[in-house]
Amino acid sequence: MSEYIEHDKAGVSVGLVEKKSYTFAEPPNEMILECGAKLGPITIAYETCGKLNDDKSNAVLICHALSGDSHVAGYYSEDDSKPGWWDIMVGPGKGIDTDKYFIICSNILGGCMGSTGPCTYHPKTVEPYGHNFPVVTIGDMVRAQKALLGHLGIKKILSVIGGSIGGMQVLEWSVRYPEMVVSAVPLATTTRHSALAIAFNEVARQAIMTDPNWNNGDYYAGPKPDIGLAVARMIGHITYLSDESMRLKFGRRLQDKSDFSFNFDADFQVESYLRYQGAKFVDRFDANSFLYITKAADYFDLEKQHGSGSTVKAFSKTGAKFLVVSFTSDWLYPTYQSKSMVKAMKKNGLDVSFCEIEAQWGHDAFLLPSERLTLLLRSFLESTYSENRKE
Amino acid sequence: MRFDLQIIASWIEKGSKVLDLGCGEGDLLYFLKQNKGVKCTGIERKESRVARCIEKGLSVLQGDINEEVFDFPDNTFDYVVLSQTLQQVYEPSELIESLLRIGKKGIVSFPNFSYWRVRLQLLLTGYAPITRQLPYEWYNTPNIRVITLKDFRKFSKEVGFKIVNEVAVNSHSYDRSGKIIKFLPDLYATYGIFLIGQDK
Repeated sequence: MSEYIEHDKAGVSVGLVEKKSYTFAEPPNEMILECGAKLGPITIAYETCGKLNDDKSNAVLICHALSGDSHVAGYYSEDDSKPGWWDIMVGPGKGIDTDKYFIICSNILGGCMGSTGPCTYHPKTVEPYGHNFPVVTIGDMVRAQKALLGHLGIKKILSVIGGSIGGMQVLEWSVRYPEMVVSAVPLATTTRHSALAIAFNEVARQAIMTDPNWNNGDYYAGPKPDIGLAVARMIGHITYLSDESMRLKFGRRLQDKSDFSFNFDADFQVESYLRYQGAKFVDRFDANSFLYITKAADYFDLEKQHGSGSTVKAFSKTGAKFLVVSFTSDWLYPTYQSKSMVKAMKKNGLDVSFCEIEAQWGHDAFLLPSERLTLLLRSFLESTYSENRKE
Repeated sequence: MRFDLQIIASWIEKGSKVLDLGCGEGDLLYFLKQNKGVKCTGIERKESRVARCIEKGLSVLQGDINEEVFDFPDNTFDYVVLSQTLQQVYEPSELIESLLRIGKKGIVSFPNFSYWRVRLQLLLTGYAPITRQLPYEWYNTPNIRVITLKDFRKFSKEVGFKIVNEVAVNSHSYDRSGKIIKFLPDLYATYGIFLIGQDK
């Protein structure tokens, strides 16, 4: 996902929020990961907005994508320059209404924004884990979120919502903890990466791993693999856009010049944009986390993990109500991938709605202001909430 | 709500499961959900209409009815509704077959091509008829088939399904009111509504 974070145009915001953390799996009770390794203690950074109601029936869990974090909406301080990453959708009266719902968003396991990940200090060696951090999966991330929800005393989630890699967590939640998930909203996502998606991730990882500063993942004491991470981010950005959005946004326009420079500076606006996005990213993101999270996304395979190879069988494990949304120009997770999960949900007689939103902005469309998506989420949550109360 | 949809709604039992193929903005499903506690699903091709349905709290899938019917297990629904769409379907017998596979009953409505105004227009003017129910020129009509009430009865025998109930009505397609035609329906009805089931 890209960053489009800006202040709400109407000035509506949930206000000040606070990053909190929860630590569990203290040795000797470490969490046993899917890869077999033990990990503990585990800290999960999280934020909440809105109020949990008396019968705890209004909890909404938001799962972030590759480069997101727990800071989903609002501001940390009065003079904060930017709100959370989905502030356009989450707030009072917005698509995910903080006046009605209690919203939880946590940084994923393996991330670098406060949750345990490769840049966290290893409890035994007093050095960051680096390459000693075990490979985590989407399933492991979801299990860590489950522990957090247990800590918060939440037994039922009104809705789990997320796009992209966040959408994978949504799907994982729905089949792993069906008793907890009332409804699920996977946006612009897939039950398993295509070869195309894996290929882009691999090129991005190679960019990091071939940076001499990467040093097998142990770079925390010295220079960081900034160039590798910046290139990885540039590749990512290409996959988040679309032919159409790039044509409209950049075309072949030149950056601050009227003719070619006849050298290898950034001549085109698109080059300049990618360089800028890459350079900006290294200030806030850890290269190892990029490796671990993209690997987790590549490994994610709902049908293999939960359905012995069958998507239909995988979704037989859940009874959640679904709203599946795809975007016309998303070529990273094209509509056919959403449709195939919808098909499997239908075969299980699940209550599912599906909408393909016409959008030119590629995969990133799920993060951009969209009246349609806002309305869909608002009404889906409203009807789920009232149906759930009736039952 | 459209007059034919009012009749369709009256046929549907409380608390049943209904699929509406080509549900538009969900008028019928919303009515059924609110008034009869029906568990609703709709299929609609157009994004804006799908969104309107979801805004009304309905479960709707965006897609082509001819393809979407395949994924539902047998007897998923008590009723599958195909209102004023049959005349636009490319493979009617296949669709009817799917409809009766996934639903215990089907409800099909379509404009009656043997309505007297249609007959008279063709007879007197020699042009392809244009009526309030079929308001298109031959070159821009989405209605690729012309069906009469008699045709549908014959079709039921040939394809092998049972007509459980039928009502002939006279109404404008956007009219909220209309009347049931009992005298010479083949001639005086603008629409036919059929409740169909498997021929067993």
